[in-house]
Amino acid sequence: MLAGLASVREKIIIKLTKLVNLTISVLAKRNSEDIRCKCICPPYKDVEGQIYKQNVSLKDCNCLHVVEPMPVEGKDVEAYCLRCECKYEERSSGTIKVTIIMYLSILGMLLLYMVYLTLLEPMLKRRLFGHSQLIQSDDDVGDQQPFANAHNVLSRSHSRPNMLNKVEHAQQRWRRQVQEQRKSVFDRHVVLS
Amino acid sequence: SRGFSGAEKTSTPASFLFQMTDYLNTHDFLFLSPGSNYAMSNGGGAPSSTTHLLDFLEEPIPGVGTYDDFHTIDWVREKCKDRERHRKINSKKKESAWEFTKSLYDAWSGWLVVTLTGLASGALAGLIDIAADWMNDLKEGVCLSAMWFNHEQCCWTSNETTFAERDKCPQWKSWAELILGQAEGPGSYIMNYFMYIYWALSFAFLAVCLVKVFAPYACGSGIPEIKTILSGFIIRGYLGKWTLMIKTITLVLAVASGLSLGKEGPLVHVACCCGNIFSYLFPKYSKNEAKKREVLSAASAAGVSVAFGAPIGGVLFSLEEVSYYFPLKTLWRSFFAALVAAFVLRSINPFGNSRLVLFYVEYHTPWYLFELIPFILLGVFGGLWGAFFIRANIAWCRRRKSTRFGKYPVLEVILVAAITAVFAFPNPYTRQNTSELIKELFTDCGPLESSQLCQYRSQMNGSKAFSDNPNRPAGPGVYAAMWQLCLALVFKIIMTIFTFGLKVPSGLFIPSMAIGAIAGRIVGIAMEQLAYYHHDWFLFKEWCEVGADCITPGLYAMVGAAACLGGVTRMTVSLVVIVFELTGGLEYIVPLMAAVMTSKWVGDAFGREGIYESHIRLNGYPFLDAKEEFTHTTLAREVMRPRRSDPPLAVLTQDDLTVEELQATINETSYNGFPVIVSKESQRLVGFALRRDITIAIENARRKQEGIMLNSRVYFTQHAPTLPADSPRPLKLRSILDMSPFTVTDHTPMEIVVDIFRKLGLRQCLVTHNGRLLGIITKKDILRHMAQMANQDPESIMFN
Repeated sequence: MLAGLASVREKIIIKLTKLVNLTISVLAKRNSEDIRCKCICPPYKDVEGQIYKQNVSLKDCNCLHVVEPMPVEGKDVEAYCLRCECKYEERSSGTIKVTIIMYLSILGMLLLYMVYLTLLEPMLKRRLFGHSQLIQSDDDVGDQQPFANAHNVLSRSHSRPNMLNKVEHAQQRWRRQVQEQRKSVFDRHVVLS
Repeated sequence: SRGFSGAEKTSTPASFLFQMTDYLNTHDFLFLSPGSNYAMSNGGGAPSSTTHLLDFLEEPIPGVGTYDDFHTIDWVREKCKDRERHRKINSKKKESAWEFTKSLYDAWSGWLVVTLTGLASGALAGLIDIAADWMNDLKEGVCLSAMWFNHEQCCWTSNETTFAERDKCPQWKSWAELILGQAEGPGSYIMNYFMYIYWALSFAFLAVCLVKVFAPYACGSGIPEIKTILSGFIIRGYLGKWTLMIKTITLVLAVASGLSLGKEGPLVHVACCCGNIFSYLFPKYSKNEAKKREVLSAASAAGVSVAFGAPIGGVLFSLEEVSYYFPLKTLWRSFFAALVAAFVLRSINPFGNSRLVLFYVEYHTPWYLFELIPFILLGVFGGLWGAFFIRANIAWCRRRKSTRFGKYPVLEVILVAAITAVFAFPNPYTRQNTSELIKELFTDCGPLESSQLCQYRSQMNGSKAFSDNPNRPAGPGVYAAMWQLCLALVFKIIMTIFTFGLKVPSGLFIPSMAIGAIAGRIVGIAMEQLAYYHHDWFLFKEWCEVGADCITPGLYAMVGAAACLGGVTRMTVSLVVIVFELTGGLEYIVPLMAAVMTSKWVGDAFGREGIYESHIRLNGYPFLDAKEEFTHTTLAREVMRPRRSDPPLAVLTQDDLTVEELQATINETSYNGFPVIVSKESQRLVGFALRRDITIAIENARRKQEGIMLNSRVYFTQHAPTLPADSPRPLKLRSILDMSPFTVTDHTPMEIVVDIFRKLGLRQCLVTHNGRLLGIITKKDILRHMAQMANQDPESIMFN
């Protein structure tokens, strides 16, 4: 069982490494539109304040390259440019896109699962098992029982042969935990006022 | 045995302290409070090195040594277990190359956990920042060219932005434009208003539903519970995978719904969840609760580091606010975790300007000595507001906890979100993202700024008109902005009281900083106008030159933000470091410190506890505050149990009991542990056995060993007692017995007892009189006693 645990750990580490690689590759992608030099020039004499943006690289990011067309003539250019402030900025639109899409998909899946748990599953259960079994027995497992946790600790060492049984069992355990948490937080107000 | 055990050696306080010195010397704790040196003498016999907690001849029973939910861990036992493990690995190191590799892996696993935690925290913080920014702007409109861009990113490449209106570009459409087709006018204002309220309500509703259905532990700030967990409390599931996922997702929704909350506290919770999850990959940390808390300390430093972009501030925050025991090794690891997290966040680059946090401003304008007066006034405001907020928020939370208000959390969240949205939309300063508001207030008005706050009237015509001299009389724009800021201040003060503690992830840092920044900016502008209109006063004439930059209102905003945050959380060093890392202004340390100290003193005058300690006390967590001093002169025998009116102490004899009697004792009482004595006549102490361990051991024995029946004898001694020939097989429970429980005499002053509990992290301590067992003091008894001494309700301590 220790060897099994070690291999599970290795699998998790491998998966994590893959994820990190993927993230780094996404971050490293550079779009030509994602760099810019932004020059803000305040009002000067009769000229109004203006903002100039161009896709130039870092070495060209100064007033002379970016401010086009130059609104003042000849000797005023230097005075005008002195008051402008030019900043080089870059962003990663790929990162933003991936992040937002990932977030929305996770949110969508959670919403679907929530709808399933709160609306569909009771309906399905009622149809399959009839009304009598709706009264679920997960109210009696409380954290006050002295032996409850002990049972959990000892029964964990037993192995379930069936994969589906394992998933079902894990899901039931999770549901019970969430129910307990909900009771502590929302009903009895014991934790997290 | 651990070198000192039993009742014989504890007959005088001096010898007891001597033993404790030995213990402290062999286990290096670094304690936070001064005067922690009980080292009266360093010589004398060192305890024997063979300190085995479990008898090596028997294999360890699975499950012994774990803890129940909502119970306190035994720090001493966990530390001993860790030293055992370390010794075992070290002794095997020389045997083979494989063992050597295992020992290397064991030594390096700490660094690996901390690195992984930093990586995960940074990545999650980047995700939260990007998603929160986008969803926040979703209330206003959409970017038609690329739906995933928020307002600023949408107009990033466009050339239609003008100096005066930097946000307008044709790709970004507000909802009124999309639905009604027109951008201006009363109809579109109402449509925008309506859509704003609609989105705010739906985000808030989604957030609270997700929290309720999937992970109820994900609500609130998290810092009070993490403080309690780090002091040794167990809350199962609080730092689990589902809590992590739901907290991340709902934090974005809660921030986007416009509620008056921030994301710093929840980010600490998220980072600690990552730390907890990764520590399960390594048995060194997953099996030992004390070591796990070292990782959690490092993780909380990483959390604050990504929240503010302040790695050093994060470490100091973890040291000052969150952690309970903070050895030097943890300091180095926390710093490493904070740096890794900050580096990851920086490379994700959420804000497109290579800065970690939105309001990173750098200015180097000097401040003058006379400005210390308004800074100290801001400090006083911060302290007063902090005290007021703590009282009001605790009163509201108490009402929510005990009356019918608390039965409708979903409705409450929706109501608060609706009120916030309805009142926030008309005022442009409350409509925008709070972080952006803070950035705007921190930024000084220069020639490049064109916001309403910077619309000063130019004095003269001609060439002077465009000089960048901000010391000008305020134009109508500034007056309008001041009014709006005052209204925003009142609004935020009121709404934050009801928002902190809702059943969605909610943080406190950003709203307090916003309140302070608004107050500071108002004071700054007032000072600036004062300096302009009365430049012939002595103060201004000495320091300010006419026509030169004198007062920077942005600096006042910064100082105000620090003062308010300090007033509410009562942080000191970590706050100053965070703020100066946020702004990069090393020159402003003195004003910051003056304001923070003033706010702490003023706040402490009204109540010694910060917001997190107050919430801990409200929930009744068993948190023994290291910062409080116990100054009463009570003795141990006045606090110990059993009292005169209580039933006698429930003890176990070392070889007299049967399994049936033992189970009866356990079932009839609800104590967590039982002292084991030699016999009822002598009442001499042998050791201490925990309830959970006894039950697990009995279950295990009945399952694995044959012949254990209800009338089998139970013995805690090394050798079985002599029994008649036909008696069933006896049960040996010596392996679960703690042979060296801590004892004090009944005349020990409670000051020393409280100090012992704090410094060693004890759960219980036995009281002896003339060498015989008299009673027991538990942590809960101490907390109740302290509450009683402070005239608070002792029954509010719920857990043990």
